[in-house]
This record gives sequence, structure tokens and C-alpha cells, in this order.
Amino acid sequence: MDANLSGLSDLAFEGAAAGYLMALVCHAVETASRRARRVEPAAATAGVPIGSAAAALGGASAGAVGSTAVLAPPLSGSGQPAPVRPARVPFGERFGRAAVLVTAIGFACHVLALVFRGLAAQRPPWGNMYEFTLMITGAAVASWLIVLWRAKARLMGIYVMTPIVVLVFLAGTVLYTRSAPLLPVLNSYWLIIHVAAISLSSGVLMLSGLASAAYLVRDRHDRRVAAAGSAGGDAPAGVVTRLPSLDKLDRIAYRSAIAAFPFYTFAIMAGAMWAEVAWGSYWSWDPKETVALVSWVVYAGYLHARATAGWRGRPAAWISVVGLATIIFNLFFVNMVISGLHSYAGLN
Amino acid sequence: MPPRDSVRRRTEARLAGSGDADDGEARATAPQGPRHRLIGFGRGIWRQLTSMRTALILLFLLALASLPGALLPQWHLNQAKTAQYKLDHPTLGPILDKLGFFDVFASPWYSAIYLLLAISLVGCLTPRTVEFARQWRAKPVATPRNLARLPHHATVTVDGDPHQVAKRIQDSLRHRGIGGWRNTVREETGQAGTGGSTASPAAPVVVTVSAERGYLREVGNLLFHFSVLGLLAAMAVGSLFGYSGSLLVTAGNGFCSSAPVNYDNFRPGRMVDGTDMAPFCVDVTAFHADYTVDGMARSFDAELRVQSGSDVGSSRWIDHVLHVNDPLRIAGQRLYLLGHGYVPEFSVRYPDGSERRYSAPFQPTDSMFTSQGVVKITDPPGYTGAAARTHQLAIVGIFAPSGVVNGGVLSSAYPDLLAPAVAVEVYQGDLGLDSGQPQNVFTLDNEQVDKGLLVSQGRANLTVGQTFKLDDGTVITFTGANQYVSLQTSYDPAQGWALVFAIALVVGLLGSLTIKRRRVWYRVRAADPAGPTLGANGTAHPRSVVQVGGLARTDQAGYGAEFDSLVALAGAGAEQHDVAEHVDGAGGAGVGVGDNARSVDAAGIGPGRTKGE
Repeated sequence: MDANLSGLSDLAFEGAAAGYLMALVCHAVETASRRARRVEPAAATAGVPIGSAAAALGGASAGAVGSTAVLAPPLSGSGQPAPVRPARVPFGERFGRAAVLVTAIGFACHVLALVFRGLAAQRPPWGNMYEFTLMITGAAVASWLIVLWRAKARLMGIYVMTPIVVLVFLAGTVLYTRSAPLLPVLNSYWLIIHVAAISLSSGVLMLSGLASAAYLVRDRHDRRVAAAGSAGGDAPAGVVTRLPSLDKLDRIAYRSAIAAFPFYTFAIMAGAMWAEVAWGSYWSWDPKETVALVSWVVYAGYLHARATAGWRGRPAAWISVVGLATIIFNLFFVNMVISGLHSYAGLN
Repeated sequence: MPPRDSVRRRTEARLAGSGDADDGEARATAPQGPRHRLIGFGRGIWRQLTSMRTALILLFLLALASLPGALLPQWHLNQAKTAQYKLDHPTLGPILDKLGFFDVFASPWYSAIYLLLAISLVGCLTPRTVEFARQWRAKPVATPRNLARLPHHATVTVDGDPHQVAKRIQDSLRHRGIGGWRNTVREETGQAGTGGSTASPAAPVVVTVSAERGYLREVGNLLFHFSVLGLLAAMAVGSLFGYSGSLLVTAGNGFCSSAPVNYDNFRPGRMVDGTDMAPFCVDVTAFHADYTVDGMARSFDAELRVQSGSDVGSSRWIDHVLHVNDPLRIAGQRLYLLGHGYVPEFSVRYPDGSERRYSAPFQPTDSMFTSQGVVKITDPPGYTGAAARTHQLAIVGIFAPSGVVNGGVLSSAYPDLLAPAVAVEVYQGDLGLDSGQPQNVFTLDNEQVDKGLLVSQGRANLTVGQTFKLDDGTVITFTGANQYVSLQTSYDPAQGWALVFAIALVVGLLGSLTIKRRRVWYRVRAADPAGPTLGANGTAHPRSVVQVGGLARTDQAGYGAEFDSLVALAGAGAEQHDVAEHVDGAGGAGVGVGDNARSVDAAGIGPGRTKGE
């Protein structure tokens, strides 16, 4: 046990948490500014000073950033009201870019936190709930960065970063456990294989579920707009108007699901093989196993539904969100409330 | 997985009579007497059961039905907890128990769901396998009339006459890696090009190349689904013919696996009667545990000597050290070290002067091995008959390997044997063991206490060597503690198969999700109707116009770049015009065009709608 390394890990964790929180705030500012920009023309004709209200909102958010910021050079000087010259990068977009940057910095800290944690205890850094949650959120953020890079879906940011920030803060407060060696039953090379696979694939599946949740929000909004349009009223301008297109959200959800699903399958099987050497049977219907199987079945259903006429789009997205719910449920409820063979959380 | 749907739909379409005049649906609706109606009804049920919709609903039912197995206590996981739950919920408990909610995975309704799912799978996979075998033998489908309507299309003019160009394309396709393109060349006659605008009286030769790749995707898909069935079968066989038994063995003692009765707890499969168990014998010679300063276990292992097969009963033993996470595989069975605990030892000197030693395993209640249990003494010497039964002794209480007394309560501060201590209450009377009711070895039968048949003789906190004296002159001395290990024997004849199917399942899944099915067609005709005649003189280069059309049957994204390279195969001197890729969005349209792919597929040949919804 190396206290210095463990302290460094904690420091890096704080950096990651700060980065993600800042990213969330920046995403929120970008989304809010987009909303304001959309509303502005209508507001101008109606003579309502919504633009100034939005600027105030943006200013308030920027103030919030300032109070939590520790390493935010890209933010300095960008907390001004909307740009005067149209040639410059729009105000909101600058926040969007900053969000991506701080997410990346946060992710780098996140990786460092795990690495130091592993070095401190001289074992793979996924031996208790705190570390496991860090692994899952790390995988989710990594896949989110890939999505940012490949699909340009930045406006989905708040939908992704909100749960990430919540999970990271839960990890740092409720789940935090001191760096320690492994219980004998965990001391196996299967720990490396099974837990790494299950946490990383769960993280990617989590992103898939979040994309589907955003899909449902966007879909609902679009249908409302259509309904309002046919009724002759004004389209309601909401935060969701600038979400990526339904098609893109669906593709993100599907791509991350098919990337993670075989990996998740493998992880469950590696778990079964570990159970065969550790617990006396490769499958003993332990609550955690059962809920993992439920998640697997739900995602299998999602992949089939997405290829079935009449189930594409909204129903498939709902299934994916249910899958996300089962994964979160398995992570927290089963570990912390139901006792079983998987009770290694290190919380008791 | 996408292709599954298409085949299901096709199967349904066939059954529904869209193509075939003499089919089930027609017969089912035709009023031809009860026998036919019954057949029709059966076919209807079958069609329902094997439809994708039913399969999806069954999948979700399976997920839903599994949840009570995780949320409610289960008999097979924790009997004590389940019994307690039943006691705590006097109205709901028995109902849930009767409905099988405490034994979900063996309940009829759960079995019904997965059996229906298995039947549905078989019903889907059989026609698909046949269909795939047919496709495998068939040549790639003929070139659609209008390639320009496909999602990817391009037109290039290249050197060479149509036959040369087709040959060149075919050769290049053949060299494009494993799982590559299957292709066929056809010649079209009686028409001039497509679109009809460039009709020529000479009716020049038009050569087409059709190619398809990604057949392994369907192989992977079928492999995956068959492996799911295989895995289900292996699990079923395991639960029918396998068994497991667990027991506590105190260091220095042993056991033989020859009969279920030798275990504290034996869980047989449904087809196991316990008569045919391959025997092995184990002696636990020593147990070691290693702890951190915080009292966390670092490792533990048991030293064993083992004999199996023909050695049983002989004096030949093999030494083995049994670790956690490393079972001993012996006589087709597996022996596990699952846990450990302490066995406090007492010596009792009776009023008649005789002295005897007693001990019993105590159950750990916390990570520092504060343990609880009871030493039951059923045959006190010096008494006979009914008197013996009323003078039975019970030493009930708490054992701590490193005892600390806090406010009169004993608990352990460290899991290792540093300062063993007990806090016991001694009872005398009838233990109630003759009633035939099984008793928990870790607790006293409180009913006997309540009835006044067991009477407390007082409490004491003892360290090693200290004694407690009863009113009748009996002296109880705490002499120390031994350790026990918790062992389990498991047998599952099908687990090797389960592993094989699990690996096949993952391989199949990877194949079905990563291999992409692509089709490409080339239609080659002479560039200028007059050209080839000139070329025959050897003075001019013949030129050909190549129309290329591409269709991603699955996973549209990424086909754009590949399609460009496929276009380039047409040959040197290409002069490209009319390049258009009907792809909505940068990454390609996964949903819309995938849909087209299927509608094209379902029609056999001919392009579907271009550019999706």
C-alpha cells in the first residue's frame, strides 16, 4: 500500500470530477444559448426581451463555471455576452468546444486516478465498488469522446454528462473506499478478465442507453412540434431542438450497443468461468448474475427489435433505455441492497 | 440481428401466400372440414410462435420473470433467509412460495417461457438454415435493371471491351481477401443499356458482373442462435444429472464423497438418486489463513490428503493444497474450498469424575470472525435412560479468536487466533434431538427452552484454561480452538459442453455483428457502338462504359469508401462521371438503407426504393 500513490489517485479523481462538472456546465451554456438564439427572432417581433434574459442566463452559468473552475483556461474571457461580429465563433459554440476540451482533460485525470490506484495497491484497479464505478464511468466517457470525434454529436452532451457527473460524485462520496488489497476470493486472474470486461462493456452500453434516452426526448419533441404545427400554433422552442437528429442518435445507440454487446456477453461468460473455479458452479442464479442475464436478454431484444419492422425507432429506443435501467440497477441496487455471492462492494 | 428478421418475414410471406398459390394460409381459411381446420389452426399457432414479435415478447417475459429470482430470497441460494421472509410475510409468503417465486428458476412458468423461446428459435432457425443453404449454392443475384436507383452508384468509362472489363473485374474481386466476393458474370441480350435512351440497332453486347460478400455473417448468426440452444440444453442436462454437496470439516478430520449422507447439505439434480457417486476421500490435515494488519484476509488454503478411484480404502494418499479460486478436480468431480471458521473446544468433567472433550463449528458473524454456535452434549456419562436425556448439556454462545469485551459484550478484534475467548451460557435438560426434527447445528432449539425442558445454568466469559462450574458439580473448561473448512463437491456432466457452446456463441455473435453483407453489380457495355468495330482493326482502343451499383445489405456505414474502391476495380483509364452516393448523413444511413436492402432482397432481384424515408 503506497499512501503517496493513493493520494495522487485521489487528486486525479478530483481533477476528473471537476473536469466533468465543468464540461456539464459548458454543455448547459451551449444548449441554453442555442435555445436563446432560436427564440430570438420570434421574440424580436413580439417585442419581448428574451434575448437579454438568455444573456443573463448565460452570464449566470458562466459565473457558476468561474466559481468551480480550477483548470479552465479556455473559459477565460468567454463569459461575455453574445458576440458582436458575426464572423467570430458563436458564443455558445465556444462553450461547446470548451466542454469537449475539459471532458478530455477530465478523462485523462480519470485514467490517471485508476492507474495510480492500481499502482498503490499493486493490483488491477477494479476491486471494489468505488473502483468499479470509476471503470464504468471511464468507459462511458471514453466512448463518448469517440462519439464526439466521429459523429459530431456534441449537443447530446448534457444527456451524457449529467449521469456521468452524478455517478462520479456518488463514487467519490458514498462509494469511496480506501485503497486496499483484494479479498482472497477476488485474488484471481479472472478478476482482471471478468471485471475489466464487464465494467468497460457496461460503460459503453450505458452510453448507448443515454443516446436512446436522448432519442426519445427528441422524438417526443418532434412529435409535439408536428402536432403544434398541424394545429396551427407556434412550435415550442425547447432545449431539445438542437439535439442531434433522430437518425444520428439511433446510430450512436446502435453502434455502441453492437460494439459492447459481444464484449458484455464475453464478460458474463468469463464470470461464469470464474464462478466455476470460485463458487462451485458456473451458474448459480446469484442476484447479480441474474440481473446481468436480464440486461443481456434486454439488449439482445434491442438488437432484434431494431431489425424488426414495427419495432424500429421508438420501441427499440425504449428497450435500450430499459437495458440502461437494468445495468444501473445491477450496479447499485444489487450490490448495495441485495446480498449475494457478488457482495464485494467493500462498503460494509 | 438484422438478417433474422428478413428471413422471418420472408418465411411469413411465403406462408401468407404472397408467392405461392398452394400454401398454408389458403388451406387454413378454406372451409374444408375439421381436419384441415385443425391443421390450419396448428399452422397459425406455429406461425405466431415463430414470428419475431412473439420471440421478442418471450425475450422480455424471460427478463421480467428472472427479476423475482434476483429480488426475492430463493430456497436454493439461502434457505434461512427464505424461511425468514416467509415468516415475516405471513399472508403473501405462502402464496408466493406456492407460485414458485422462491424457486423461480425451477418453476413451471419460468420453464414454460424458455421452452417456448427455444421452440420459437428452432422454428425460426430451421427455415433460415435451409434458406441459407440455398443462397450458399445459388449464384449472386442478377443485376438490377436500373443501377442508378441503388444507394451507391457510379458510371465510369474505361479501356477494354465489355468482356475484357468483366474479366478484369472478376479477377480483381477474387483477390480481395478472405470471405471475399462471390461473383458471377452474365451476358444480357436483346436490350441496349439501361434507360432506353441510347438504343442502338446493333444491340451491342452487355456484360454484367454480380458479386456479393459477407455470407459468413449469416453463418455467425446461425452459429450464435444454435449455440444459445446448445447452451440451454447443456444447462438443462447439468441441472438434471449434476449435484453438489457441501460440508464443514474440522482440521484433522476427513470425509468420503461416496454417499449423499456424508454431506451436511446435498443438492441433487432431478435425475440423481445418490447411488452412483464416484467416491473420493479427503483428510484435512491443516488450514492456514493469512491476514493484513487491518484484519482483511490475504489468503487461505487447506492442506489435504486425497485418495480416489481404486485407492479409496487403501493407505495410498496424495497430498494437495487446496486454495480459494482453485478447485481440486478429482474423479470427475470438483472439490472447492469455500470458507472457514473456528471450532471452540471444551473439556467437561462430570460429577462422576469422568472427563470428556467436546467441540463444535461456530458460524462467523463478522469479518473478524466473531462467531456463534452451540456445543450440544447428548450423552452425558453417568446417566442412563431418561435421566441421560434430562441431563443433556448445551454450551451456547459467542466465540472470538481475538476476544475483546466491550460493555460486557464479547467480540473479536482480529480474525486470527491471538486471544481466543468465549462468552457462553450453559443449558441443561432435554435438547429435543430425539424428536426427529432436523436442528440447526449453530443454534439451540428455543422451543425446548420455552417449554422449560432446557434450563439455563448461568453465563460466563472464558479465556483459554478458565472454567465454569455448574450447580451439580459439572466443570466446563474452555481449552482452545481448532479451525474448520467449508468444502463443496460439485458434479456437472455437461459443463464442458456449456463451455463449448459459450465460446461458439461469442464467436458467432462477433461474426454476425462485424461481418458486413455487401452487394455490387457492374453492367459493362461498349462505350460507342461504333467503337468495337474500329478496335477489331487494331487501330483504336475499345472503350467500355461501366455502370456500378452497390447495396449494403447490413450496416450501411463505411460502404462509401469501399464502394469507391470497387468502382476503381473496373480498370485503368477510368474517366468517371455521374458519381452519386445516395447516403443521407455523413456516416451513412443505417436504418433506412438497411430497410431497402431487405426489400430488395425480398423481391429477389431488382432494386428497391432508393434513398430511404
